[in-house]
Amino acid sequence: MSAPYLKPGLAGPVASPDGLDAPFWNGLNEEKLLLQRCGGCGKWQWGPEWICHRCLSFDMRYEETRADGVIYSYERVWHPVHPALKEQGPYLVVLVELPHADDVRLVGNLLGDPRAPVVIGARVKGAFEHHDDAEPKYTLLQWTRA
Amino acid sequence: MSERTLRGRVAVVGVGETPYYKRGQSPDAEFKLALAAIVEACKSAGISPKDVDGFASFSNDRSDASRLAAALGIKDLRHASMQWGGGGGGGSGAVANGAAAIATGQAECVVVFRALAQGQFGRFGQGPRASRISGEFAHTIPYGLMSPAQMFAMKVNRFMHDHRVEQSALRAISLASYAHAQNNPRAVMHGRPLDAATYDASRWIVEPFHLYDCCLENDGAAAMVLVSAERAKDFDHPPCYLLGAVAGSHYRAAAPVHNTPDYATSTFKTLAPRLYDMAKVKPSDVDVLQSYENFTGGVLMSIVEHGFCKPDECNDFFQPANLRAPDGTLPLNTSGGNLAECYMHGLGLNIEAVRQIWGRSTSQVRGAEVSMVISGPMVTPVSACIFGAEATL
Repeated sequence: MSAPYLKPGLAGPVASPDGLDAPFWNGLNEEKLLLQRCGGCGKWQWGPEWICHRCLSFDMRYEETRADGVIYSYERVWHPVHPALKEQGPYLVVLVELPHADDVRLVGNLLGDPRAPVVIGARVKGAFEHHDDAEPKYTLLQWTRA
Repeated sequence: MSERTLRGRVAVVGVGETPYYKRGQSPDAEFKLALAAIVEACKSAGISPKDVDGFASFSNDRSDASRLAAALGIKDLRHASMQWGGGGGGGSGAVANGAAAIATGQAECVVVFRALAQGQFGRFGQGPRASRISGEFAHTIPYGLMSPAQMFAMKVNRFMHDHRVEQSALRAISLASYAHAQNNPRAVMHGRPLDAATYDASRWIVEPFHLYDCCLENDGAAAMVLVSAERAKDFDHPPCYLLGAVAGSHYRAAAPVHNTPDYATSTFKTLAPRLYDMAKVKPSDVDVLQSYENFTGGVLMSIVEHGFCKPDECNDFFQPANLRAPDGTLPLNTSGGNLAECYMHGLGLNIEAVRQIWGRSTSQVRGAEVSMVISGPMVTPVSACIFGAEATL
């Protein structure tokens, strides 16, 4: 695995104390994308919530799905608001929509040249970025142009 | 059953502001700023602060209403409300809450206020420093998405992509605020004009926001005094009536991790029709608009969603001349607003809207009778209100 996209020092994710998103973070550590799917109506839902907003079932399960999608929107960040990013230079944040999972969206970074044009609607594939040195260790889901 | 409305039931009879400082520069503590603005607003109304019987605020204001009541010797506190939500989305919602208390007989005289001292407390525009993060932010902060500008830029990028909006449209909004601030001695950016070339050459914060697309961060406090319409005629200022006020947000606006179905929006699509219904006005009746600039892109979308301009016509509509007092099609942010007067979480915009009705703005729109405020685009809940002169009732 190559170096992480962003310089070290940002807060690392941990599962919420109530456990709501623990399967998601545990899944990324094993290079699996697990998102919520309703046991009542079968629809995918994200971000994590205790209830299905469609059928109001509490039977929310985590299921594996493919980490590929399309760029719904993006931003190129220039001004660092955190000391860890002082020497970072510009970086790209993307909002990726998963058409095969009821259009749920995930936030990540678009790997590659941060100054290159970004096309809304372009296809992207997931890439698991492991932070094994962190305590506790975690994995981010990043994106590359497909 | 009588019509359920706030239209014409409540009026603003006094406004007060402390001097506005750059962030961290206030010589006074935040609570003292709140007290000073409230005392000033009561002086403007010609009443004793002891006769205030309610407080309404927003954005988790730290100046506790009960402490204010104790400090000011208020005889009988009858209303204390806080509009949910961070940012400036509650700026008009707090007016609505205070007005509703008066209209329903719960209170007689409510002060709406907001106080901020970012030297004493933390800054908005900086990322958190913790080594671990959980909850919704765990899904954004590790990717470098953590400041308000970064939270909203993707909405604006998507809107600009969908409707082919050019950077010049955002620039026009910024230029209008800075131009109006040059007439306003209270403005933090008074004496610091901005031209198109300086805007174009300014650094990116996060695309599509240049430095001058982003609000200031300031210290200060602002307050306004509300009473019933019946009482308003006894005050010195010409009555400034509340014609309508709304708050809220669209379907699943807060769906976590940027999953709201209607994403590229300022959150006003469902509110604007309700606002016009209550106020009984239409966009073409609005003489002057204050629209909260957290970032210019939110102003642009909110103006579209309030029906002043079609989404695909932004490049024509958002021209500097159209947005300038006194003669523009839609004079915008006539005090200098959050970009160039002061970032008081938008309560300053409500006060400027009242000044326009009173005929006392430093960039006065001649004969302004319908004066509108849009508060806190892109957050949830958001809010908006319309003030009117006597002739509009």
